Amino acid sequence: MIAVNFDPSMFLAILPEILLVVLAGLVLVLDLFLPQERKGSLGWVTASGLFFIMALSLIFARPPAEPRLVWGGMVRQDSFGFVFTMLLLFGAAISSLMSIDYEKFGKRGEYYVLMLVSTLGMCFMASSSDLIMLYLAIETTSIPLYILAGLLIRDDKSTEAGFKYLLFGAMTSAIMLYGFSLLYGFSGTTNMYLIAEGVSAGHLSLAAVIGSLMLVLIGFGFKVSAVPLHFWAPDVYEGAPTPVTGFLSTASKAAGFAVLVRFLLVVFPAVTPEWRAIVAALSVATMTLGNLLALVQTNIKRMLAYSSIAHAGYMMIGVVAVTQLGATSVVFYLIAYLMTNLAAFGVVAVIGRVTGSDEMTAYYGLSRRAPGLSLILMVSFLSLAGMPPLGGFAAKFFVFAAAVNSQMIWLAIVGVLNSIIGLYYYLTVLKYVYLYPPPEEVEAVSISRSYALALGVLVVGIILIGTIFGPWVSWATAAAKALF
Amino acid sequence: MGFPILSVIVFTPIIASLIILMIPADRKAEVRVAALAAAAFALVLSIWMYFSYDKAVAGYQFVEKHAWLPQLGISYQVGVDGMNAPLVLLTGIVMFTGVLISWKVDDRPREFFAFLFILATGVFGVFVAQDLFMLIFFYEIAVFPMYLLISIWGWKVTREYAAMKLTLYLFIGSVVALVGILAMYFTSGLGTFDMIAMEQAHFTVAFQKLVFPFVFFGFAVLGGIFPFHNWSPDGHVAAPTAVSMFHAGVLMKLGAFAALRVGIMLLPDGARFWMPWIIILTLVNVVYGAFIASVQSDFKYVIGFSSVSHMGLVAMGFATLNSQGMLGAGVQMFSHGVMTALFFAVVGMVYDQAHTREIPQLGGFRKLMPLVALAFIVGGLVSMGMPGFSGFIAEFPIFLGLWGSYPWIAIVAAISIVVTASYIIRVISRVFFGSLSPEFEGHIRDVTILDKVALVFLSGILIVLGVYPAIMVPLVQTGVQNIMRLLGGA
Repeated sequence: MIAVNFDPSMFLAILPEILLVVLAGLVLVLDLFLPQERKGSLGWVTASGLFFIMALSLIFARPPAEPRLVWGGMVRQDSFGFVFTMLLLFGAAISSLMSIDYEKFGKRGEYYVLMLVSTLGMCFMASSSDLIMLYLAIETTSIPLYILAGLLIRDDKSTEAGFKYLLFGAMTSAIMLYGFSLLYGFSGTTNMYLIAEGVSAGHLSLAAVIGSLMLVLIGFGFKVSAVPLHFWAPDVYEGAPTPVTGFLSTASKAAGFAVLVRFLLVVFPAVTPEWRAIVAALSVATMTLGNLLALVQTNIKRMLAYSSIAHAGYMMIGVVAVTQLGATSVVFYLIAYLMTNLAAFGVVAVIGRVTGSDEMTAYYGLSRRAPGLSLILMVSFLSLAGMPPLGGFAAKFFVFAAAVNSQMIWLAIVGVLNSIIGLYYYLTVLKYVYLYPPPEEVEAVSISRSYALALGVLVVGIILIGTIFGPWVSWATAAAKALF
Repeated sequence: MGFPILSVIVFTPIIASLIILMIPADRKAEVRVAALAAAAFALVLSIWMYFSYDKAVAGYQFVEKHAWLPQLGISYQVGVDGMNAPLVLLTGIVMFTGVLISWKVDDRPREFFAFLFILATGVFGVFVAQDLFMLIFFYEIAVFPMYLLISIWGWKVTREYAAMKLTLYLFIGSVVALVGILAMYFTSGLGTFDMIAMEQAHFTVAFQKLVFPFVFFGFAVLGGIFPFHNWSPDGHVAAPTAVSMFHAGVLMKLGAFAALRVGIMLLPDGARFWMPWIIILTLVNVVYGAFIASVQSDFKYVIGFSSVSHMGLVAMGFATLNSQGMLGAGVQMFSHGVMTALFFAVVGMVYDQAHTREIPQLGGFRKLMPLVALAFIVGGLVSMGMPGFSGFIAEFPIFLGLWGSYPWIAIVAAISIVVTASYIIRVISRVFFGSLSPEFEGHIRDVTILDKVALVFLSGILIVLGVYPAIMVPLVQTGVQNIMRLLGGA
């Protein structure tokens, strides 16, 4: 199963990652030589470079029909990793487009380099098949994110966010590493697929397996902000610069789900009933608590933080289904969610820059000042609420379908009830936007070119996902098949 | 059929709404003309579709089918039969008159018409859908624009509360129905959402008994069934005139129709088991709705509760599960839709001039707006089930069917006719006759020519259908035969 011998085609398996390193280097060099007033183009270089990498990978680096382990079993070349890589590159490209306008960091090379390095780690998270590789990937992802969250060093909230993220991240990652070491100790190998064989063969005691599973879940739960490991999210989301928050809440969460889904389905199929119960409980707690706390928020970034916690709960429904349809629904959900949440944070970033506030009061009467932006906000919020013809509807539909298909109607009903709570707070914001009078006369909100491009792509994407399902579902299905 | 007429009808409003959104916000006249043109186009097509339906052949016609998501058996599939062809026509009528009545909307008309048309696409889509996924897809499209329409352009006093209440009620209903639909999809084992294929699914009786309430009540929330009717009067009253017309006229039929199409037609054994209980709920709807309507002092609440009462008759017709009841319910959906659109149009016109809807303060409006008074009287006669008007054509078969299955219920339900007559006559005499209060003297003008066109159009339809029922009854009869085949064959 493991391709031991070196084979030049192995480079194709990590082509996107190689190109990411090259791009990061290019940005650093450009940062040295570009005059200060032209540094705004760094963001454009990053974004177009990322799109270029996507295109190259789609042309040259498609995974083989039969998945294989390459680089001594460190990386698995399969559709699952590939689809996530594309998704993460897209998320990073949009996030860098949204950063260009920021005076404080949008014109600094190191900002984009950090984002690229973090993306590199995420891509490896999605495709690694070895505990050591996985741990390295998670750390490569996290350390740049800690810095990005605390980027505004003169802003107390931002430094608080960065520091908090660092402390909680380091702690959960240590616990997860302990879980990894137990797995290695019990099975004698660090390769996920070989550990799985050990677990299935019954060489390991059940208590040991469940124990290490719980430890590992703590690390993954932190990454996807599942209750009870969610508490960092609102503070970090609120304090971090808005484009970073968008990146954190979408790409980082997607990478976390990639690891969660692969790990549970690949390493622990032998103890499915046990982890299924645990994850189902986590799912119910995550969506319920996330939605209930989102109800009472007055800061839009905090509200979106709780809403993204709730969305992690919905996605876990698909994980709990433990079927190919379930895995498909998770991947599809992540595609739709990434587009939608990025659009929402994009609007928040524009408003935050113009009004200097992320409080809901800044959104009063927005439709009179910025009708186009209000429509985009409406599209993204209704998609988050799960309304057709937007991506969020199809995503929820598939997740609930997966639950019903796995005889877990009760979980679908919990999800349905939660989506009603969700609708309430999304509509409340739309009410402020469309109904309430603006506080005083404020100048019209103008959108720069980079935002217009990013938001335009996202809105078209949200509508396409919600109306023409075929291609997206094929992708998600291909990804899910690689795990079964 | 080469020309995809149903798809064109479904997508005309949403394309129109995109075009309207591209017109600059201050070009209000162009926005209105574009809206009227689109509505007229949809109306003409739906009239054409209605009259070219071949009754001799019956069954589903103008069928189109395209794969949407073949992996899960989801297709875009449309078709009409005798049951939904009148409803498509109704939507066309209400959309057209709604645009006429909304000519004077001056606050952001661009967004108003755009949202209204998104709603219209959802409604058309549900009525013609032959695929369960497509049905729920369009059903939810029809739900959310309502929130914005009511909360932005509605009556200032209650709009925030009413809009949220309405949206949450309807959303709960639709997601509950969604769970039922998913259960049907996976249990059938057919791997398709095609409703015509699912008619042959042969679900077990136990399964049908379990799932029927999910689907039926999930949709019937929008049909205003007791005890889930609570959103409806508040929503109707808070909504701007055109939206009330759309909502009471068309959207409530959406709920009733979907409950019939998915609940009764696909789960006939479940329907047989639950109907004796449901008919009691509908009886409450009919009688209680009428009594509540008769004690309201707000003109618009009277009409709002009368809708609850009349929609109860529709559900009651379905609940008889016999062909007369179904026939009556089918015609009642159309007749009530036009009638209630007329009522809300009248209420809107009176309120726009008088700035109050309190019945005791009004009076003598016949002298100021004679055509409005006349139109209301026509609507009132329909509402009372007077022979010669469409209401009679609809209500008579319902009571006939009811008498066949549940004579006692028929007797109790008949009380509602008397109560309805009492509140309609009270409104007519207080609002339109009587003496004109001095505060209205002088500054009340008659309605505009566009309003008059809308009123004449709506009342004309009610009279034509009453005098010449052959225009609709045989058509609905073919649809009823299809339902009875499913109910009898299972």
